[in-house]
Amino acid sequence: MTTTASAASSPPTSSSTVLSVRDLRVHFPTSDGVVKAVDGLDFDIARGKTLGIVGESGSGKSVSSSAILALHNPKRSKVSGQIWLNGTDLLTLGEEEMRKRRGREVAMIFQDPLSAMHPYYTVGNQIMEAYLVHNAVDKKTARARAVEMLDRVGIPQPDRRVDDYPHQFSGGMRQRAMIAMGLINDPGLLIADEPTTALDVTVQAQILDLLQDLQREFDSAVIIITHDLGVVAEMADDVLVMYAGRGVEYGPCREILTHPEMPYTWGLLSSVPDVKGDTDARLIPIPGNPPSLLDPPPGCPFNPRCVHRDKVPGDLCRTQLPLLVEGNRGPGHTKRCHLANPEQIYETEVLPVIAPSLAEER
Amino acid sequence: MFAYIIRRLVSGVVLLLVMSLVTFLLFFASAVDPARVSCGKNCSPALQKQTAKALGYDKPVVLQWTDFLVGIVKGRDYPDDPALKKTAPATIAHCPAPCLGYSKVQNETVTTLVKDALPISLSLALVAFIMWMLGGTVFGVAAALRQGTIVDRGIVGTSLVFFAFPTFFTGLFLYKFVAIKWEIVPIPAYSSIADGGVFTWLNGLFLPGLTLALFYMAGYIRMTRAFVLESFGEDYLRTAKAKGLAPRKVLVKHSMRAALTPLVTMAGIDLAGLMGGAIITESVFNYNGLGKLAVLSTQRLDLPTTVGIVLMLAAFVILANIVVDVLYAFIDPRVRVG
Repeated sequence: MTTTASAASSPPTSSSTVLSVRDLRVHFPTSDGVVKAVDGLDFDIARGKTLGIVGESGSGKSVSSSAILALHNPKRSKVSGQIWLNGTDLLTLGEEEMRKRRGREVAMIFQDPLSAMHPYYTVGNQIMEAYLVHNAVDKKTARARAVEMLDRVGIPQPDRRVDDYPHQFSGGMRQRAMIAMGLINDPGLLIADEPTTALDVTVQAQILDLLQDLQREFDSAVIIITHDLGVVAEMADDVLVMYAGRGVEYGPCREILTHPEMPYTWGLLSSVPDVKGDTDARLIPIPGNPPSLLDPPPGCPFNPRCVHRDKVPGDLCRTQLPLLVEGNRGPGHTKRCHLANPEQIYETEVLPVIAPSLAEER
Repeated sequence: MFAYIIRRLVSGVVLLLVMSLVTFLLFFASAVDPARVSCGKNCSPALQKQTAKALGYDKPVVLQWTDFLVGIVKGRDYPDDPALKKTAPATIAHCPAPCLGYSKVQNETVTTLVKDALPISLSLALVAFIMWMLGGTVFGVAAALRQGTIVDRGIVGTSLVFFAFPTFFTGLFLYKFVAIKWEIVPIPAYSSIADGGVFTWLNGLFLPGLTLALFYMAGYIRMTRAFVLESFGEDYLRTAKAKGLAPRKVLVKHSMRAALTPLVTMAGIDLAGLMGGAIITESVFNYNGLGKLAVLSTQRLDLPTTVGIVLMLAAFVILANIVVDVLYAFIDPRVRVG
């Protein structure tokens, strides 16, 4: 019943590609039926690049990134497709092989750094642990390395703070420590799952700056999962917009933010407040709620909430799932929408409302 | 931390004082005249008066209480009569500190009675404690790891069965079958370490310890299982896995550590309660522990012994609470007073 675009199933050809996800599906069988949290996802990410994954809660952002680390309980979930990391399909690996890659080839930073750290162990202990598990060194070396990393992420007096407990750190410092823990093994891929959501706005900017600095230094690929388009605009090279477990628009960051072609992306852009923007700009929430992943609506899963549905001839939106294909903007920018002239609708109907000054410029 | 412990100890002593007063008032203000009981079978009014005087029962209750408290610290003589001490020292029973009273019924100081019974109860409590803690955590973790399977249900179900059986049933069952019929272990009898060495001591304690452990284990299995399962959903466990830690390390270092706090709380209270004697188990296996002593003294209306035991038990519970609170600070750094 599901059709996916780009059914490429060969390993990535480009040597700079760190991660290639092909037709990733994460299904959770429940007593009510199968929850299709991720249902056919494709994306690539190259060394040193940042991919932003955006979407509402429950769109499958975090579930797909957990799948990359194989953190889902195999008894309660079904993961299929291909996840090529540095030329190996992770989904074909055994648990022990996968474990050796976690933290070393791919690391993850979580949303709430307070609950993501064990309250009973010192920050240093937890960072050292990440190093010791993949490196045959003694504790003294690991400790020195932990101090070095804490220093690198901007913790003052790292040789003393290394013995503090997480509750003695501030929120921003905890997230810095989590970043230190994630990068201590110099992984090729870092997944940051809403790394700034639980932080103060002022601290958010610092953490994002830090992530960018470190990314340059370590030359790692970063996936940043967020619902904040501001973060995406600041960080990402590529953007993947997710809705109901599928990618609905995918392309270079600038392209997606300036020429979005999918009504859901328009909706996301419309609901972002702009501090610098003109006061005439309106905030327009997307009507309705994300669909049930247990029983998604037929056709395009966004159709019940889509205000532009009537512009598509016939019953197409309600009956047929659009493919993730190139639009009028040329290669590299794909979208999952039946609209024939999305660019025109965006320019004439959406932009004037959400950013009148921008619309005039064009 | 040190100041905190001192503060807790002081408040513990105050609590104990209040406990002692309440116990004292309850028993000595009861309808039973302690002098009449202590006087024995061939009692005459004159003899009863003499007994009352010798044991201090002729004084007001509050004064008796202060005498009792002083006795704990300094020891006391029965009767406390300096004149008699010179003329006939043999008629005076000396009760050295800490004096918990003198039982005329048993013609023995309460301290001596307790001293004989306490090691037996302590040994029993300790052995049972180790058994149920080991069993509780091992089976609890095993059940958590196989949640929802037949293993999980089997462990939880079996533990509940043993919890539901009264200890006299489990005790008698084990006694009859394991010791007598199948002769797997020798007939349990208490032998102190000083008498027969550690092995004999343990051997004698195995069945009664098991009886108690089987009863207490159910709670610990459920608690361990619940808290380990809860920790599986914690973010820090996901972090531990994402680091690439081996499953065993994730379980032992990250998951079980989180389950430790509630277990310590429960264990402290249970162990303290058991130190005061396991009445039924001691009776089944015929151990002359504190529990048996307590039952005997209440049956014989031996008030001084009863008061002494109640106070000791209270002291154990208070002490255990302090120990548990101090342990919290070692387990959970967030509790440490800064």
